[in-house]
Amino acid sequence: MGKINLLGVRKTFAEVVVIPSVDLEIPDGSFVVFVGPSGCGKSTLLRLIAGLEDLSAGHVLIDNQDVTDFAPAQRGLSMVFQSYALYPHMSVASNIGFGLKMAGVPKAEIDKKVAYAANMLNLTEYLTRRPGQLSGGQRQRVAIGRAIVREPKAFLFDEPLSNLDAALRVQMRLEITRLHQSLKTTMIYVTHDQVEAMTMADMIVVLNRGNIEQAGAPMELYESPKNLFVAKFIGSPTMNIIEGERAQKYGAPTIGIRPEHIKISRETGDWPVRVSIVERLGSDTFLYVEAEGMGQLTVRAEGDLGAKPGDQLFLTPDIGRLHRFNPKGEAIRT
Amino acid sequence: MATKQTQSAARLLAAPSIGLLLLWMIVPLALTIYDSTLNYTLQGNPVHKFIGWTNYYYFITDPAFLTSIWNTLVLVGSVLVISVVGGTGMALLLDQPIFGQGVARVMAISPFFIMATVAALVWKNLFMQPVFGLFAWIAHLFGVPPIDWFTNDPMIAVIIIVAWQWLPFATLILLTALQSLDLEQKDAAQMDGAPPLSYFWYLVLPHLARPATVVILIETIFLLGIFAEIFVTTGGGPGLATTNLTFLVFRSALRDFDVGGAAAGGIIAVVLANVVSIFLTRLVGKNLEG
Repeated sequence: MGKINLLGVRKTFAEVVVIPSVDLEIPDGSFVVFVGPSGCGKSTLLRLIAGLEDLSAGHVLIDNQDVTDFAPAQRGLSMVFQSYALYPHMSVASNIGFGLKMAGVPKAEIDKKVAYAANMLNLTEYLTRRPGQLSGGQRQRVAIGRAIVREPKAFLFDEPLSNLDAALRVQMRLEITRLHQSLKTTMIYVTHDQVEAMTMADMIVVLNRGNIEQAGAPMELYESPKNLFVAKFIGSPTMNIIEGERAQKYGAPTIGIRPEHIKISRETGDWPVRVSIVERLGSDTFLYVEAEGMGQLTVRAEGDLGAKPGDQLFLTPDIGRLHRFNPKGEAIRT
Repeated sequence: MATKQTQSAARLLAAPSIGLLLLWMIVPLALTIYDSTLNYTLQGNPVHKFIGWTNYYYFITDPAFLTSIWNTLVLVGSVLVISVVGGTGMALLLDQPIFGQGVARVMAISPFFIMATVAALVWKNLFMQPVFGLFAWIAHLFGVPPIDWFTNDPMIAVIIIVAWQWLPFATLILLTALQSLDLEQKDAAQMDGAPPLSYFWYLVLPHLARPATVVILIETIFLLGIFAEIFVTTGGGPGLATTNLTFLVFRSALRDFDVGGAAAGGIIAVVLANVVSIFLTRLVGKNLEG
């Protein structure tokens, strides 16, 4: 079990309000990702749930029990840190078993649980090594192992993959998702990388300046962002935002269209544009184009389009997937 | 030093300073060794006859020699224990977020910047003086007879003074080490449910092991040569109670006017200091590797 409720959670550091007031329900067994730009309060929110920071106001409930005043260890949560925070003077086995040792678990049982976790994470042959002798990915797995053995109600991940190189990051992403599927424990994951958020989450919580901009399933956020901030934050490359006269033609002061929802033609279309930069990824090609009165737009084309910088093209947005926003930046629903 | 060329260039550039350093060290050492083989006293025969190992023989067989070695060990050992243990405690306290942290740190570290003679005089005349010293006054408040430090517990008095001077050094080094402790590790320990004492024992102490060995190494080298504090307070006495090796060498040269004997004592001190430092460097080296 691991249902977590945040009720009116507020955090201030001296005069600075980091989190004004957050209400959120995290269902049992879900994989929730907090995402937002740096400084948006996502890590602080995670630390508040963990108990590493005191709340300025509000309550944290775990399985309907108010844990606001509980010490971190009493909350039954495990955390994986950005720097892994392994204990450098202990072997891998001691690192994984430290929490159990502190809880007074008998040595034989600790050994059994450590062996189990090590086996699950392919760490068995490294158990006697020190963290300094391990690679980044192995350290990451040790940190996860340390979290697993405590059999927590929920796992908290604080940007766990940001110190890894790109290839390893994709691999660890899969491993964490697989771990979630096999353990079925609630996981809260903090990241600034919207790709991680989209690929791993059951529910994404987009934060901005300590406020929840939108919370929902990844595709829900992708298809119907509540406001401009979410629209721009979710999706890669980011959504094209068009304002002014051009936008008014589509019935809103601001419109947004994703690069993948624009048709490209060499002969005819709504917007005549000139290609400035071409990025070829193999499967896709991203075109950065200059459109009169709209500034720079990004367009995705499948395969290789054969376009060169300076080429004249015509773009036609998919009207059905156009996002319209009112002057406040809120999405207009029809 | 990637290529042969840069290596030889580096050697060439380093050569003058190394040469100067060598000269600086070798000449006095050679002169001392030379003096230690002469019958060289300031009072007797002005002709300095070569007498071989005799000076060494007399210096080592002098009953004061073993006493001074023992005193040196007691002094160095006690000050090391006090400064490392006390320094850890002080560093932990100064690491806490308190009002006026900056001022407190400067105050705590300032004894290190006071000259040895000044510190010794302050302790001798203002604190430990048995009639009008601060400690005597405190003793009077409680109605107990004051301790006459330099008569009854001279070694303890010297240890207190020297430890007072070296405690800030250990504090400084250990405090900077504490500040480099990863805060996420502290968070992780909290998540693991480690109470403060376990956190200290399993995470802070191992982290401090390296800087502590550095403190021990550096302090040992300096403490082997403690002189001013003894000279100013007890003058090596009463009897031989506070005479360490350095003071014994001084006594031979400037009280007994036996330059040859003092030189022999100096060479013995150099050998002993080197033995200790080789031993310590190995220990530290081992600790710094891991």
